[in-house]
Amino acid sequence: MSIGVYYFGAVSLILIGLYAVLVKKNLLKILVGLSIMETGVNLLLISIGYIAGRSAPILSEGVGPNNAVDPIPQALVLTAIVIGVATTALALTVAINLYETYKTLNIEELRRLRG
Amino acid sequence: MVMKRALAILTILLIGYWIALALSHVPFGADKMLVGQYYLNHVKAQTGAVNAVTAVVVNYRGFDTLGEVTVLFIASTGVAALLWRKKRKRTAKTEGSVVLTTGSRLLFPFIVLFGGYIFIHGHLTPGGGFPGGATIATAFLMLYLAFSVYEIPHKGFEITEGLAGMGYVTVGLIGLAIGSYFLFDWIWQSWGWGHSNIGRLFSAGFIPVIYTIIGIKVGTELSGIVDSMVKEGGE
Repeated sequence: MSIGVYYFGAVSLILIGLYAVLVKKNLLKILVGLSIMETGVNLLLISIGYIAGRSAPILSEGVGPNNAVDPIPQALVLTAIVIGVATTALALTVAINLYETYKTLNIEELRRLRG
Repeated sequence: MVMKRALAILTILLIGYWIALALSHVPFGADKMLVGQYYLNHVKAQTGAVNAVTAVVVNYRGFDTLGEVTVLFIASTGVAALLWRKKRKRTAKTEGSVVLTTGSRLLFPFIVLFGGYIFIHGHLTPGGGFPGGATIATAFLMLYLAFSVYEIPHKGFEITEGLAGMGYVTVGLIGLAIGSYFLFDWIWQSWGWGHSNIGRLFSAGFIPVIYTIIGIKVGTELSGIVDSMVKEGGE
């Protein structure tokens, strides 16, 4: 079983982000972990669309329809990046509100306060 | 603590093994295109765009992009609503130095120009409305960081953002009236403008128009998010 170096890097990024989400106590660090996961997913999609020896899907001189990579994963990732920015901004806003209300970002203390 | 960490590492290794197992059936660098090949073969004739990614985003899946713009709008509205306080103002303690303020005043028009270049040339070069709009928002972020009292012109930004959103839907509805479906590319398909200069600026039907609208909308929305996050509520 062998996976390419790009797959390996992308999956590693996803797993590093997941580790941060599972282990870290600080809400901001969890959000950073989510961002890292998102980067990994984007990289994975792009590398699935890659075709060896082909160029970017911009059909200019010397790049015909038969030597360009798959444009669909790139279009999907373009969407995913924008949505990622939007959701990260919204999540950070919720974190700001939590801090202003409870003066802490530690999720264990937050959980205790709710009780 | 150690227990929890070990458990997390175990879970991660398990998930990683599953993903690797699935990916071992997806050969890296092999030709797996189905719809992608169709887009690549017909993109020049059907949309006039040279950049196939842009054609997919704006033309073939334009409806999807309208949804994406809506998500961004909802997120920026949500940020503004969650951070809403009666009195919000800039609370920067120190004034920026002369080098900082002069430099950012000098750079600001060029950054906005570069953002405009990115979204106007979206059908020719890598980029498009979203990166261009983000570049414009960074110009405003720079002003926020350099000047301790700067605020964006809220009224103008809100009106611009609303007009851009309405412009996108209007372009789609004109397509519905002229052609057969929402977001029909009427400039390219019905009017046939720019068929002779594929690969130059005035081509690709409504892609530059829509990307300009998206660029303006994303720029104003992200600037609004920056504004909401930089200002702090006073009691």
